[in-house]
Amino acid sequence: MEFQAEIEAQRGAFALALRLETRGERVGILGESGAGKTMTLRAIAGLERSVRGRIVVNGRALLDSSRGVALPARERRVGLVFQSYALFPHRTVAENVAFGLERMNSAERETLVRGFLGRMRLEDLAGRYPRQLSGGQQQRVALARALVTDPEILLLDEPLSALDFHLRGLVEKDLLDTLAEFRGVALYVSHSLEEVYRLCDVILVLARGRALAFGPKEEIFLHPPSLEVARLTGCKNFSRARALGEGVVEALDWGARLRVAQRHTEARHLAIRANHVTFADAPGGENVLPCSLVESTETPFRRTLYLRLDTAEGNGWHLQAEILKDRWEELKGRPAPWYVRLDPERVFVMAE
Amino acid sequence: MWFYDAREIAHGMDLSPIRISLETSVAATAVVTLAGTLAARWRIRRRGVVYELVDGFFLLPLVLPPTVVGFLLLLMFGRASVLGGILYSLGARLVFSWPATVVAAAVTTFPLMYMTARAALEQVDAPMVEAARTLGASEARVFREILLPLAWPGLAAGMVLTFARALGDFGATLILAGNIPGKTQTLPIAIFFAVEAGDTREAVRWSLVTVAISLAALGALNLWTRHRKGLAMRVVEQE
Repeated sequence: MEFQAEIEAQRGAFALALRLETRGERVGILGESGAGKTMTLRAIAGLERSVRGRIVVNGRALLDSSRGVALPARERRVGLVFQSYALFPHRTVAENVAFGLERMNSAERETLVRGFLGRMRLEDLAGRYPRQLSGGQQQRVALARALVTDPEILLLDEPLSALDFHLRGLVEKDLLDTLAEFRGVALYVSHSLEEVYRLCDVILVLARGRALAFGPKEEIFLHPPSLEVARLTGCKNFSRARALGEGVVEALDWGARLRVAQRHTEARHLAIRANHVTFADAPGGENVLPCSLVESTETPFRRTLYLRLDTAEGNGWHLQAEILKDRWEELKGRPAPWYVRLDPERVFVMAE
Repeated sequence: MWFYDAREIAHGMDLSPIRISLETSVAATAVVTLAGTLAARWRIRRRGVVYELVDGFFLLPLVLPPTVVGFLLLLMFGRASVLGGILYSLGARLVFSWPATVVAAAVTTFPLMYMTARAALEQVDAPMVEAARTLGASEARVFREILLPLAWPGLAAGMVLTFARALGDFGATLILAGNIPGKTQTLPIAIFFAVEAGDTREAVRWSLVTVAISLAALGALNLWTRHRKGLAMRVVEQE
């Protein structure tokens, strides 16, 4: 399975320009609203006007501006699951799923549809209309309708965002199983970091219509190539930086010299994720800094601490740390100062 | 009393204006439904100044006085014009014939159907259409199986409006088709000439008939809408 896309598209003042290449990994497309995520999917599906470039799937060109090739959406063999699912309200579940199989003879079509309905646990709902289904069921119908046509590319546009929170986990598990069986290229758009991380292998980070980063998810999350990518992948703690020599960087905004395991030649910024910040019992260790708690907020299982570094200047807080509730119970009675530890393996530096 | 004996109305009078009006309105509605819907479909996928001008042309009959529309049609189909000349040479004389009543009614009602159809087609959720395309549907199939069924309530309302307006056309019909009893004399024209001749009884009778037909058309739309809603409710209740 090979997929290459070089896309340039324009819509009003917004311009999209990116390259994407994959050999069958599941690609997650991350970015804030308006970054061009949905437009990228639409351009690949052939739904966007005035797209230039090249899109090739297994040697078959869906688009090649240099040769004047631009297949219409109906000939691209692309399965698209819309954010709103776009189920046909006047058709039953079975009719929705069968819609893309018009050319098949009816016996074959029926067998195939029944098979997919079974696979997606929809067989009891075959005669229902979309408005009679729950959000999770609608999502499965949309997925079945796209997959039954045996597409080479499956495009998913925030397929979980329309679901209630409690449903999301369950549906996500189903989706993971379905994607694992899918033999084509899957592109998954979302603005949820965790969703993308759990469901995809490779990540494309988009901002203002450009690709900021593209690579294996571990790589991108561990060593974001730029400040913006770090931010978009959920990193909260940044400092301007200066390289002092092999493995030592000065964190200018934090007033501290830090050891860094990551090999680097240049360092303009350094950062550490909030969940990687830990606490030491005593001063004096490697990358241990005295600090005090400014405020904290809680979620059901975690607590976010906003910390002021004694070494740094300025008011307010400098670091966010995210810890489990149990750890918080141990820490909260301690007298100031506390000692925060920035693990050299977890601190990363960026050349820009 | 002038409306006392219903049998006298049925017996003593020529009922042809009712027949002609119904035939004309039904024919015009059929033609305009088709033409208006197809024009709307052609238009909704296009953007640009040129198409705005086309819109202006399509909507012209709505803003012009019907007499002007009728007169322009008369010029267009008259023996002296190119189109009229061709028709005459083929032995088809449109002016002052029954088809002329249909043409007049169709042209004056076209904008109504066009606007309603456009609104109805445009309100169909874009992802529905796009989903159908990615599933391999041709544009014809998208129109037939997605756009038409989903826009149907709006299109039906447009048809009723068209029918009611076609029933009422006076100016354009009179100029293009004239007042030939039994041939081109529709209800509004019959009313006008009855009033002019001082025959109030007849004018009132035709007016009541017109009101009845118009109300019946609206009632049919209401009933049908409720029926559809009822169906939808019943489907939901089966849950």
